[in-house]
Amino acid sequence: MSVKKLGMASLLALFAALLVPGVASAAVEDDLAAKALELDMVWVALATVLVFLMQAGFMFLEIGFSRMKNAGTGVAKVFINLAVVTIAWWAIGYGIAGFGDGGLADFVGTDGFFFHFDQDILGTAVTADTSLLMLFGLAFCAVSLAIVWGTTLERIKFGAYALFAIIFGALIYPIVAHSVWGGGLLSDVGGKPVMDFAGSSVVHLTGATAGLAALLLLGARKGKYGSDGSARAIPGHSMPLVGLGVIILWIGWFGFNGGSTFVTEGSFFGEVMLNTQLAAAAGVIGASLIIYLKTRTLDVGMAGNGAIAGLVGITAGCGFVEYWAAPIIGLLAGILVVYGVLAFEKYLDDPIGALSAHGLAGIWGTLAVGVFGSPRLIIDNAEEGIVAGPGIWYSIFDGASWSSSLGQLGVQALAVVATFVFVFVASYAVFAIIKATTGLRVSEEEEDAGLDISSHGMYGYPEAFIPQPEYPAGNFIPTMAGTPVAPIESATQDQA
Amino acid sequence: MKKIEAFIRHEAFEPIRTELLEKGFPSISIVEAKGSGRQKGIVEQYRGSTVTVNVRPKLKLEIIVADADKDLIVETILRHARSGEIGDGKIFVLPVEEAIRIRTGERGDEVTQVHEDEE
Repeated sequence: MSVKKLGMASLLALFAALLVPGVASAAVEDDLAAKALELDMVWVALATVLVFLMQAGFMFLEIGFSRMKNAGTGVAKVFINLAVVTIAWWAIGYGIAGFGDGGLADFVGTDGFFFHFDQDILGTAVTADTSLLMLFGLAFCAVSLAIVWGTTLERIKFGAYALFAIIFGALIYPIVAHSVWGGGLLSDVGGKPVMDFAGSSVVHLTGATAGLAALLLLGARKGKYGSDGSARAIPGHSMPLVGLGVIILWIGWFGFNGGSTFVTEGSFFGEVMLNTQLAAAAGVIGASLIIYLKTRTLDVGMAGNGAIAGLVGITAGCGFVEYWAAPIIGLLAGILVVYGVLAFEKYLDDPIGALSAHGLAGIWGTLAVGVFGSPRLIIDNAEEGIVAGPGIWYSIFDGASWSSSLGQLGVQALAVVATFVFVFVASYAVFAIIKATTGLRVSEEEEDAGLDISSHGMYGYPEAFIPQPEYPAGNFIPTMAGTPVAPIESATQDQA
Repeated sequence: MKKIEAFIRHEAFEPIRTELLEKGFPSISIVEAKGSGRQKGIVEQYRGSTVTVNVRPKLKLEIIVADADKDLIVETILRHARSGEIGDGKIFVLPVEEAIRIRTGERGDEVTQVHEDEE
């Protein structure tokens, strides 16, 4: 009731202000601009929550794809990772990822380290809006970090999570994010920007690439490859948990992509969200179809991987392509993920398929903007001399300039290569240092026993491993046909 | 006394238990067993790779009875456990040297009998 009254009151005030021309209307315009910004921030706040929800998605996805003896460690991992990366991002990461001045700005941002009261450590003012945007950026960084560990399940030492999270959250991810979104080298390649709306390459390829570096240093799980080198399936213990994880990620993605508009103007986020849904749906269909044709079974996990691949695929293009292109991007991402998993499986033990679902689909999604980027939507910042080229589709069918579209595709490809090389080298170095100092992989005995009991001293599912006593009151006294009632009563008394 | 060990399909257990109970043999132990025999394993498809589970789940019944009751038990198991397909299982009859009821300390055939109203 009070809200309604308040609404009426402000409406009346608005009318009153409109009736008085001059000074008052300028004040109203300022007021409206402030309200518009606040509305934008409400949307970003909602999107931030959705993106943080994705942590639960990764948790369930990874636990479902692990065996029962490694269920609890996945929970602890998400908590510790999210905590460590939060501090690293707040202290250093956000500053590196943000905008900067001078020649240094090509590589790193220079503002926004250690927010402590209404300013950062260098004295730059910090508004509530900045804080929210920093939190939104943190949610993305945390997603990227969560992707890293999919390849390392069931055999990595727990300490590696925390150690790598510090470097990843403070330096590796922020440098990549700065290069594309913070005015770094990739945001202006000879007048063309890399177009990655929400992070197919910045977030997903980065995570998967670091995961590849970790995997190469870790090696496969015990028992993954037979003595003849053939790959063997190590089935995860819960497809329902995998499904829950995928659905949570899927829902979170509406914040991930939709929130990357940062503004509510024209409700453009609606367009972005529909693209997201179309690609996810097409990803499921593509992956399910291909795995069925190849193996004649509808693999449950692969259908989920298809959804993730479709979502990763559209992440770069969700704000740059038209509706018709979104399902094509998703479908191809879904097809790609199956072939990727089947190909990687022979050599690399990636329990959840992160290399394909986030890596290959991330590469495809980034390139897809160079194929389907719509002239209506692509970045056009003529004032600063940064104008993107449309996708080559529009050169083929719509007479757009070939040099412009091919140039843009080249810039997208450059982003893929640059991201992969930088992240791989940096992550490999960090993991190699971890391996040489604290060690990266648990002992064989610990791996056999499972990480729950060996790293955490407890089981994720205690009843599965510890015998339980019977419930004494539940003793079943059999009634026997033709047996008098008396003996049974005496048996009951005996027990009492 | 004889110990009857029978490896049976899961679905055969309930009819066997019901009939033995009606005939006055309530004491059965079961063990969830996994084993391999002429019945082939199960091939599971998982993310494009396969994993063959070479052992099948079975139930192992353990029943100790007086010599005279042995045939009745075996017949009951045969009647309910036989489907005619490979994988129906096997029955083994073993001699038992001694039986002691823990609660009372009584020994011998008495132990295998239904509770009498004696206590």
